[in-house]
Formats: sequence, C-alpha cells, structure tokens
Amino acid sequence: MKAKRLSSRLAVAVIALVACAAPAGATTVEHVVSPAGIEAWLVREPALPLITVEFAFVGGAVQDLPGKLGTASLVAATLDDGVGDFDSKTFHDRLERKAVELNFEAERDAIHGSLRTLTVNRDEAFDDLRLSLTRPRFDAGDVEINRAQLLSLLRRATTNPTDIASRSWWETAFTGHPYGRPVQGTLESLPAITVDDLKTYTRRVLARDNLKIAVVGDIDADAVKQMLDRVFGDLPARAELAPIATVSPQGLGRRIVVKLDVPQAVVNFGGPGIARKDPDFIAAYIVNHILGGGAFSSRLYQEVREKRGLAYSVYDRLVWLDHAAIFLGGTATRADRTAATVDLIGEEIHRLAEAGPTADELVKAKAYLNGSFALNLDSSSKIAALLVQLQLDDIGFDYLDRRAALIDAVTLEDARRVARRLLDNGLLVTVVGRPEGLVSTSSD
Amino acid sequence: MPKTFALVVVLAAFAAGSVAADTEPKIAEFTLGNGLEVVVVPDHRAPVVTHMIWYKVGAADETPGKSGLAHFLEHLMFKGTALNPGDSFSREVAAVGGQENAFTTSDYTGFFQRVPRERLKEMMALEADRMTGLVLTDEVVRPELNVVLEEQNMRVANNPSGRLTEQMDAALYLNHPYGRPTIGWRSEIEKLDRDDALAFYRHFYSPNNAIVVVAGDVTVDEVKADAEETYAKVGARADIAPRRRPQEPAPQAPRTVTLADPRVEQPSVNRAYLVPSRTTAKPGESEALDVLAHALGGGGNSRLYRNLVVDQRLALNAGASYAGTALDYGKLLVYGAPKPGISLHDLEVAIDGVLAAVSEHGITEDELERAKNRLIAEAIYAQDNQAALARWYGAALATGDTVAAVRDWPDRIRAVSAEDVRAAARTWLNMRASVTGYLVQSLKPEEKHS
Repeated sequence: MKAKRLSSRLAVAVIALVACAAPAGATTVEHVVSPAGIEAWLVREPALPLITVEFAFVGGAVQDLPGKLGTASLVAATLDDGVGDFDSKTFHDRLERKAVELNFEAERDAIHGSLRTLTVNRDEAFDDLRLSLTRPRFDAGDVEINRAQLLSLLRRATTNPTDIASRSWWETAFTGHPYGRPVQGTLESLPAITVDDLKTYTRRVLARDNLKIAVVGDIDADAVKQMLDRVFGDLPARAELAPIATVSPQGLGRRIVVKLDVPQAVVNFGGPGIARKDPDFIAAYIVNHILGGGAFSSRLYQEVREKRGLAYSVYDRLVWLDHAAIFLGGTATRADRTAATVDLIGEEIHRLAEAGPTADELVKAKAYLNGSFALNLDSSSKIAALLVQLQLDDIGFDYLDRRAALIDAVTLEDARRVARRLLDNGLLVTVVGRPEGLVSTSSD
Repeated sequence: MPKTFALVVVLAAFAAGSVAADTEPKIAEFTLGNGLEVVVVPDHRAPVVTHMIWYKVGAADETPGKSGLAHFLEHLMFKGTALNPGDSFSREVAAVGGQENAFTTSDYTGFFQRVPRERLKEMMALEADRMTGLVLTDEVVRPELNVVLEEQNMRVANNPSGRLTEQMDAALYLNHPYGRPTIGWRSEIEKLDRDDALAFYRHFYSPNNAIVVVAGDVTVDEVKADAEETYAKVGARADIAPRRRPQEPAPQAPRTVTLADPRVEQPSVNRAYLVPSRTTAKPGESEALDVLAHALGGGGNSRLYRNLVVDQRLALNAGASYAGTALDYGKLLVYGAPKPGISLHDLEVAIDGVLAAVSEHGITEDELERAKNRLIAEAIYAQDNQAALARWYGAALATGDTVAAVRDWPDRIRAVSAEDVRAAARTWLNMRASVTGYLVQSLKPEEKHS
C-alpha cells in the first residue's frame, strides 16, 4: 500500500512547545502510515536523543470475562516479564542494560503501553517492544508474582477511604455494567484467572484494528514506518471485542455513607457528563473548569478551601469513556464538618446550574484553557499520550488546529445552557469515614 | 517532595558519538548585588519558562515547639501583598493558563510558575514583591491553618504508612531536627498563628537567602536584565546566620518502631540507615551509595527483588533507595512487603542476608555496569522535563551543592567501582545507625497464616 502522509499544524502554543530551532510554526504532527497500513501520529523532536512511543489497544478491563475480572490488569502486569526466548530475568536484564523503559497499564476502555529509549538503543528497544506484544510467555512463576501483588493491592484498597469512596461511586453508578466492576478485579476473581485466560485475552485484544500509536522524539517518518511494521506487524489484524452497551450513571440523588474509622472523611460526588463528540462538550469543559477545574480560581476551591478551610483538595473533572460520560469530583474533610462540606458543594453545583457562570468567569476560563493546554505538555511522554488520546477520542487529525477556536466560540448563553444541562441532574455522593450527621439516603 | 537522586544534564559521554555535543545545556549562574543567586538552564524546545525561587529555609530551621511553621508560611505566601493584594498573583498566572505551586522540605521552601516566556519578568516582579511585602490578617490565616490540618489528615493521620515514616524519622534522628515532620506535629500546628508566621518570614525571606532558577526558552542576558529590574531592587533584610543544626551523636544502638493500625492489610518491614548526604559525603561516597541503592533495590532485577520476590518467594515487593539531597544527612532506605503467611521476622532475616552478602562480596561487574547505565540514562531522560530539571538544580543548590557538582554527576557515577560499592555497603549498612520500622495490623504477636 502506498504510504500517505498528512500534516496538521499544531495550535500555536503547541507548535512552539515542540519546536526546535526552526522558525515558529515549522513543527508539525505527521500522520504516518506504514507499508502494511499501520498508522501513527508523529512529532519529530531532534533536540534530545530520546524516543517515546505511546500506544493503546481499545478494549481494557471492560473486556474481562465475568468471573475473571482483573484479566486485563494481570495481562498488563505480565506482558513485560518473559518474552520469546528470554525468561523474565534475562529480559529485564536487557531492558536495564540499555535503560529501556517499557510499561503497560490496563484502564477501563483500553490497554495502554509506553516505550522510552535513548535514540542510540532504538533498534533493541523496538525489538523488546515487539516481543512483549507478540510473544509474551506468561510463565507460571511470573504470573503468580504479579497476581500476588495485585491481590495485595486489592486487600489494601479494602481499608483505604479513597479507594472505597471511588469504588462505591462507580459500582453504584454503573450497577450491572462493566464500568461498575473494579478494573483490577476482586479478591475472588483474580485467583480464578488461568494462564490460558491471559493468552486468550491477549489474542482477542492486542490487535491492529483497535490500535492507536503516537511517537515523539528523535526519529523521522521513514524510520517510524519501518518500526510500525516491525513492532506491530505480526499482531492479529482484527480484535475480537465483546460489544459494550452505552450507559448513563444511576443513583442520582443518592448519598452512600460507608463507615470507616479514619479522622478525615473522603467524599466523591458526580453525575452524568457530556459525550466527547457532543456539540456541547467544549462548553461543558469550560463550565467544569469554572466549577472545580485545575486553577486556584475555581468556585469549589474558593468556597471550600480558600474561604472556609474545609479541605486541602477539592476538584471536579469531566470523564469521558467510550460508552458513558460523567463528571466526578472529590474532597476530604474532618468528621464534624463533612455534612457542611457536602451541603456546600451541592449548593455550589446548584447555583452554577441555576444561574450559569458570569461573563468574567467565562473570559478567564477561556484564557486559562487555551494557555494551559500547551503549558501542561511539558514532556515527550505527555505529548505522545495526548496524541494517543485524540486518536481514541476519534475527533480528527485537525483537532489541534480547531481547539482554540472551539473554545473561543462558546458564548455566555451556551455556557449557561450547558451548565444547567450538565449540573441539574442530581448527584450521586459517596462518603467514607465517620462523618457526623450524615447517613445514607436513597434516590429522591 | 523532591526526587531522591541528583539531577544530571551531561549526556555526551554516555551516548558517545551518537549525540551532538551541542545538545548539552549550558548552565549559567550569577549573583545579584543583594546576594540573590540566579541559575539559568536553557531549554529552547518551546517558548515556555519555568521560574522558581528557593528559600534556604525549611522545617529543620524552625524553633523547637513551632514545628510545621515553614510549611504553614509556604501556604500563607499566597495571601497577597500591599501592591498585589489577595490572590492577584495567582490570577495573573491563571490568566495565561500558567501552572504554579509550592513545596517545603526540611531544608528548603520553593515556589514556581510555568508560563509563556514573555511573562517571565512579570513573574519575577511578583515574586520579588512577595519576598518582603506579604500582608497577613487573621481573617486569611485562620482558614489556612485548617487547610494545613486537613493536609496533615490526608498525608499522615489517614495514612498508616505516613505515620510510620514520621515515627521512624523521629527515632532515626536523636538530636537533629530532621526528626520533626516537615508538616509539623499536629499538636503544634494547631497552635501556629499569624505572629509566628510573620516572624519566621521576616527572619528568613531575604534575597541573600534565596536562589532563583529559570529554565526554558531564555538567554542569560535576558534573565540578568529582568532580574536587575525586579529582584535586585529588594534590599537584603537580615544577615543570614550559617545553617548549623544540632548534629547526631555517634550511633550506639539499633532502634525499632512498630506502628499498628487495624486498617493495615499489607504489613511491611522498613529500614532507614543514617548515611552522608551529597553535601556531607566525602568525594565518591554519595555516588557509591547511588549505585549501591540501585543494585540492591532499584527495580525488578535488583538483588532484593530478585532474591526475595522471585527466587525465595518470601515477599510481594522489595527494594531500596538513597535520599541524598540534604544539607546534613542522607538516608538509605530498604523495604520489603511479605507474602501472606510469611512473618515480618522471616522476611527481615532474608533481607539482612542479602545486605550481608553485598557487604561481604560486593556486587558483580555486570550488576555494576547495569546500575551505572541506568543511573546515567536518568540524566538524559531528565532533560525531557523542564520543570523537573529546574527542580533538581534548585534542590541541589538549596542543600549546599553546586551547579558544577550536579553537572559532573554522571562522570562521578561512571568512576564508581565494584570495590567502592562494597566499601559503601560495609561502612553504611550499619545497624547501630539504623531504625527498623514495622507496619502491622495489631501489636499482638504475629500469627502464622497458611
């Protein structure tokens, strides 16, 4: 197949972020397609002798079979142990000797992987990656070590208020759906996973038609094309993914209190979000920033922390998954103020839903979100991870060009309308600790 | 809290022949008339700067009874000045989408902003203003004290392993203020007030007690010109006394502490050895500790992991690290988490066996080479993250190290021999200078589970 190459200029600040000595605007994201038809997005950055490859296979923990929850996590933990002719020790020796960093992680919707190498070692590093993806051994000894480590994490999570609050939120919001299941499995399911289960999962999910790849660093497009075929070319052409239903969070209006003997209560709150491809997504992103986004100026930060000293951390973020969209926030506060804090957060969300943001807040949020986008991309890994996410989101190669204009186009009317759409659906709240005067409630 | 090993920026030698010599950053430093030190770390990949100020004061400089004061003041530094009242500094940063934050350790207090390059001078002006212009009222101080108490709840009170770390430090340092937690003892934090904070501020926040690090798309001349128009106008407020803290007596006895909490589902054994820091070590000593810690417990092929997790199957995890960036003392940490059914005692015996073998026989040439390659590569990887790079330089300088020492660190790692590592193990894996901390569910004698 003839290779095609598209180019897209990054948004101005991003251009500069990855620009070398060339004139501003010269650096591009290249859409690279290998002879075998494998695609990647590339940012070439020759200033440092490093190469970062980030990639994702769609179909993470949601593809775990019932009764075998945690399979994706156990696969991710074991992929970089023994591979091909190398047992685990020999393979780790190879990686360490060349300072090659290879990592895999299972999330709800995808298995993510990353490779980082010095340019001088790139051929060995690409071989290592190829072997881990196409010839993992899953030796019984390695599987048992990783399984035991995952079980230990699960046991610890049973008494950690942050883990309990999060788990309670997700299993309530997504009862009966794969999103309601713990990504790392359960104390009952992990022991049931066999080596054959790991191999079957790998064959089903690690394939070419559900693969998204980004490359950043000291490598050109021709070398990337060769790498793509060499590393990923032997994977099965098609993944065998079980269909996953699209779903909305349940339990709105409910408050769930889990008793745990800790001085500080941990709180999660959230509700339905807005899908990534919904025309209102950008407005929702702005509204969320005003409510509880990353800056010290957010309403929740000001009201909960700055004015009243109720918490060290309070935040709210949009979470967009492949089959659901939510907003999810959190805080942690002392027992005798927990009820007041939960009430305050509810009031602030209600106030923003009713009246929307002010014109001044909208202007400032737009300036922040346009400026921070590039400033946050402060390493090759973060740039590559963004390029993978944009591919997973399937919002187009030209999104980086359009992003600033999309933000600027949001009017105060849009923001008010979307604030109500986003924030007026009731909250599911989970609280873990010994909060005074708070009890579980059912839906209104 | 900072990374535990020093940052490095020289790469030409490691990837010999494959790396153009001009990729090596040219670090510059100069001192203003008022005593403020300035370090410039060029990184021209993006039109962005990371601007940091490091005050050479931390929790170890507090008056006894006022623990947590350095960290509390760090929080209060965001409350505004007469010229820039309230949160106007933060608003300026947010207006361009910038990032900002601050941090405190035993030895230093730092503040940073990451902004587009053309905003550097404005950041310098704002930071210079709050070096002496802070205005505090009880109205803003009191809620912030509650914020700090919630931070303590999150990091320590809610977290059994955080509490164990506090107890181990208190036991490791018999005389030195490193034994106090940076966030403070809760009972003392609760009593801190506005007057404490202002007195501490006036005593320690002065240009002759600070270092500015600028990393990013700037030239030395630009930084110099901007610094002259901003920081140079702040008068030195006080003579800063040399930082002489009470030192540790000669170690006499191994110590143990046990922290029990019903929420502990995974017990662990943790050992801290008192060792030299980069600043106090003799030449080559801290580098030998870097290699020792990595060979012992850095990753899946280290001695401890290989031996205890893979071969003997006693532990779920095991490792080691060297925390060497400190004005007075460093720490060598070793830890292990037992598999279900294995007692902490049995695991500790096995850990001690691994340590004894390294003290006795040293490490192999192969282990030495892998550890050195890995450590030196960190120097190159570090260059990919501008803020991390600035932070490494700042932390080194704020703890008495020099730019040259940071720059030449890979050469010194390269010079470490297997014999140096063995000597470091023999000298510094000294039980008398150690604390062993046990994290357990209950203080009852350990039961064997099958």
